[in-house]
Amino acid sequence: MNLRFDIMIPELFLFGWAIVVLTADLFFIKEKKNALLYMSQFGFLAAAALVIFTPTGPNEVGFGYMFYNDTFASFFKIVILLAGFMAVSSSFEAVQKSIEHKGEFFGLVIMSAVGMMFLVSSTELVSLYVALELSTIPLFILTAFQKRYLKSSEAGLKYLILGALSSALLLYGMSFMYGMTGTTVLLAGSITMLLNSANVHYGLVLSLVLVVAGLGFKLALVPFHMWAPDVYEGAPTPITSYLSVASKAAGLAALTRIVYGFYTVGTAAEYWGILIAILAALAMIIGNFAALLQSNIKRMLAYSSIAQAGYILVGFVAASQLGLSGISIYIFAYLFANMGAFAIVVAVDHKLNSDRIEDYAGMARRSPLIAVCMTIFLLSLAGIPPTAGFIAKYKVFMAAIENGTLFWLVMIAVATTVVSIFYYARVIKEMFITEREVESSESKWILSSPITIAILVGLIGTLIIGIYPEPFLELASTVTQSFVY
Amino acid sequence: MESFSFPILTLMIFIPIIGMLILAFLKQSQLQAIRTVSAVFSGIPLVLAVVLLANYDPGGGFQYIEKVSWIPSLNIHYFLGADGISMPMLVLTALLSFISIIASFGIVHRAKEYFIFFLLLQVGMMGVFAALDFFLFYIFWEIMLVPMYFLIGIWGGPRKIYAAIKFFLYTLFGSIFMLVGILVLYFFAVDPSTGANIYTLDLTILAQMAQNGDGLFLREGLQLMVWMFFFIAFAIKVPVWPFHTWLPDAHVEAPTAVSVILAGVLLKMGTYGLLRISFPILPYGTDYFSNFMAVLGVIGIIYGALVSMAQKDLKKLVAYSSVSHMGYCLLGMSVFSHFGKEFIVGISGCMFQMISHGLITGALFLLVGVIYDRAHTREIAAFGGLWTKVPVYGSLMTFFCMASLGLPGLSGFISEFLIFVGGFARYKILTGIAVLGVVLTAGYFLRMIQKVFLGQFNIKWSDLTEINFREIFTVTPLAILTLLIGIYPRALSYMMDDTLIDLSNRIIDGVNIVKGIIG
Repeated sequence: MNLRFDIMIPELFLFGWAIVVLTADLFFIKEKKNALLYMSQFGFLAAAALVIFTPTGPNEVGFGYMFYNDTFASFFKIVILLAGFMAVSSSFEAVQKSIEHKGEFFGLVIMSAVGMMFLVSSTELVSLYVALELSTIPLFILTAFQKRYLKSSEAGLKYLILGALSSALLLYGMSFMYGMTGTTVLLAGSITMLLNSANVHYGLVLSLVLVVAGLGFKLALVPFHMWAPDVYEGAPTPITSYLSVASKAAGLAALTRIVYGFYTVGTAAEYWGILIAILAALAMIIGNFAALLQSNIKRMLAYSSIAQAGYILVGFVAASQLGLSGISIYIFAYLFANMGAFAIVVAVDHKLNSDRIEDYAGMARRSPLIAVCMTIFLLSLAGIPPTAGFIAKYKVFMAAIENGTLFWLVMIAVATTVVSIFYYARVIKEMFITEREVESSESKWILSSPITIAILVGLIGTLIIGIYPEPFLELASTVTQSFVY
Repeated sequence: MESFSFPILTLMIFIPIIGMLILAFLKQSQLQAIRTVSAVFSGIPLVLAVVLLANYDPGGGFQYIEKVSWIPSLNIHYFLGADGISMPMLVLTALLSFISIIASFGIVHRAKEYFIFFLLLQVGMMGVFAALDFFLFYIFWEIMLVPMYFLIGIWGGPRKIYAAIKFFLYTLFGSIFMLVGILVLYFFAVDPSTGANIYTLDLTILAQMAQNGDGLFLREGLQLMVWMFFFIAFAIKVPVWPFHTWLPDAHVEAPTAVSVILAGVLLKMGTYGLLRISFPILPYGTDYFSNFMAVLGVIGIIYGALVSMAQKDLKKLVAYSSVSHMGYCLLGMSVFSHFGKEFIVGISGCMFQMISHGLITGALFLLVGVIYDRAHTREIAAFGGLWTKVPVYGSLMTFFCMASLGLPGLSGFISEFLIFVGGFARYKILTGIAVLGVVLTAGYFLRMIQKVFLGQFNIKWSDLTEINFREIFTVTPLAILTLLIGIYPRALSYMMDDTLIDLSNRIIDGVNIVKGIIG
């Protein structure tokens, strides 16, 4: 067996860095703890740089397919690290205000990112499961991190219980997969051979349902989404943003590995398409309609992210090169817009102590730049050009139409897009249209530089992908190159 | 088709963005500077448009072409150009935008943002009329939505938020259908000579393919579906009768200048889209649904006119008259080329109507705004005998009402006459009904003039002031053009005829090929 530690240098570095941050906490006096944030930022960026320089391709396999560094994995690693970077950057105010154990906070965020990086590189069931747990357990703790805030503790507990349940479902499904094939390695070619020799079609469908349900919880797909709004609301906002992007991206990568890698024969291959298509439709319908009713912006963004997962799945169901590159660009667009929007939510929460949408009233007068940025992020989430979200939706819908059989799904997707503009526009309406007396003392908002960086990264990403998408589309299309079907 | 000449269209479209950036750095209180900058950066495109018009060669097909590869992996180009259909629209848009900016000088509340949004709106509108790549067209089409939402939502009347979101959702609903149609076109359009997929959104190539072999180009059932998708998108914008309900709300709530843009430019995007996209690219669908379009058009004419008659609010009256007048456009275009390739009377009437409705209704909204600014009411019954007090205003209003109801010598007459001549050749009964619309139009405009300007003077308005110089300045160019087109229609038709004949050829060729295949 080939060990190949060289292709996991970014993960190993980041793991070491998590320990460094944890330890450094002991040596900084209270006033200097900001340094931990800068250290974490550096860690994420350095790891991203290492990912770029780590070789990718069909030969970069270590530990008997437990670790596979293809372009797909490294693309998702960049997404996860950028999400981590932006989450940490946007946590400056929140950490100063309500987070007591700063070293642990940053250490756990990094640790969770390490888990996700392993997860997207796993093409083997055992390592996939272990990596999944490594990524979620720190998130349970982080969700409950504001221990004096009841909603935070409630959210943490809820997340923990449902997380455990979903892991059990996933494991159960995996046990069927192993039982039918005698292998845990997800290589479509050999799996197909093994499955063809065994007459196990209905077992396959059963395991498919269990695995999709298990990962459905992680991805907050309807009907496994009940935890998401509560957890998103209760968790510290930077963690919410991290959950909604990084965790979703990693879960999606795992789903891709399992479904594309394993369910390629017989009834399972026929059924997973329709199963995922129905889940996508439900996510878009329920997510968008439920978001209409929210008055808390974090809950609204929670439902919006449920809906966004639905749009991503539209590309997933198409099961083509175009579909796979479509979901990659979608994740990228979603990363910038969602992280940016959440960074602004953190800023507003810090200044006004409120997450209610109606408290965004008069934002355009108080701080026009923030209002404009938020508008761009929300328009990108809604898919209005010239933002990244439009290019992403275009690509995903393209994949579905090319497929030929998914026309109904595209129609649902476009119809729910129109619904979505209603709740995104509500925030925009509050910011720009609703007039509100502004006291002179609060008229000028000065944001800390880390959070400004988070917002700027989001803004630049959203606009560049929207106006000149070519390099990003190229990048997304390379994702499929060495993907093992 | 690659061209590297001076990018005058790009300049014309995007120069207002520079104005936006300058405005962003001005203070809210520097009103004079804000106004000057906005007027200058909205005026430059107008100057450029006039230059383009002066150099336009009517027989030259697409001109001022700019084509640069933009997203090669999706075969999307940054592709601009102007022909006989888009050239008049570009000039109209530039003119109305500039006039609207001048007319908005009275805006004081959050003036800076207002002009920023207005300039962005202008970018979107000009882009729509110059884009020759469907993707680019769609992007400009959507860019316009956001500033329009703000302009109605922030500076509108009492029910502004309702009107703004209704406008946004309606248009988005339509355009999302267009998006699906675009994607179907991209994947299922087949080059008839090779049978291979072409994967392009280049409108000129698509039109060429359709003319050469439409049946292969897009399977008939699929073509009808895509046609319907595009029609929904465009019909909402026009607005065609069952999709018109956003229009009265948006018009009544919108500030004066925004109403001018809505009526003068935005509505034309719908008909322009049909002429630019549905007609040449989907000729079979166009032929198949032409009766359907004619019927909807006539319903719009009569319905809009009847509803206008019942209005008590001056602005609502003009708004519903738009529904009626845009119905003529639909009737005119639905006849297209039924009687040989040179028969372009109907379509040309439609183009005349687009321009003349833009000029006349734009002016009417400006004039309604003038009286509303002074009287703070638009209720027709509240006025009376105003002519004695404000004769200049009264004359201008009457002039444009007459133009709108189709008085010979003014542009409205030319367009309606052409539409009826064309329409009667194909739809005798429908056109007969449509002519009734003229009578109804005369009815509500004359009734309005009578109630507002004639009769007993209502002493409540004894200190009403006459229309001022700036306001006269805004409507004068519109009046001159209305008169010019009315007396010498060739001023407009010389520009369009070749393009329309070409369009007519395309449709007939396309339809014949499909009919040959179906048998």
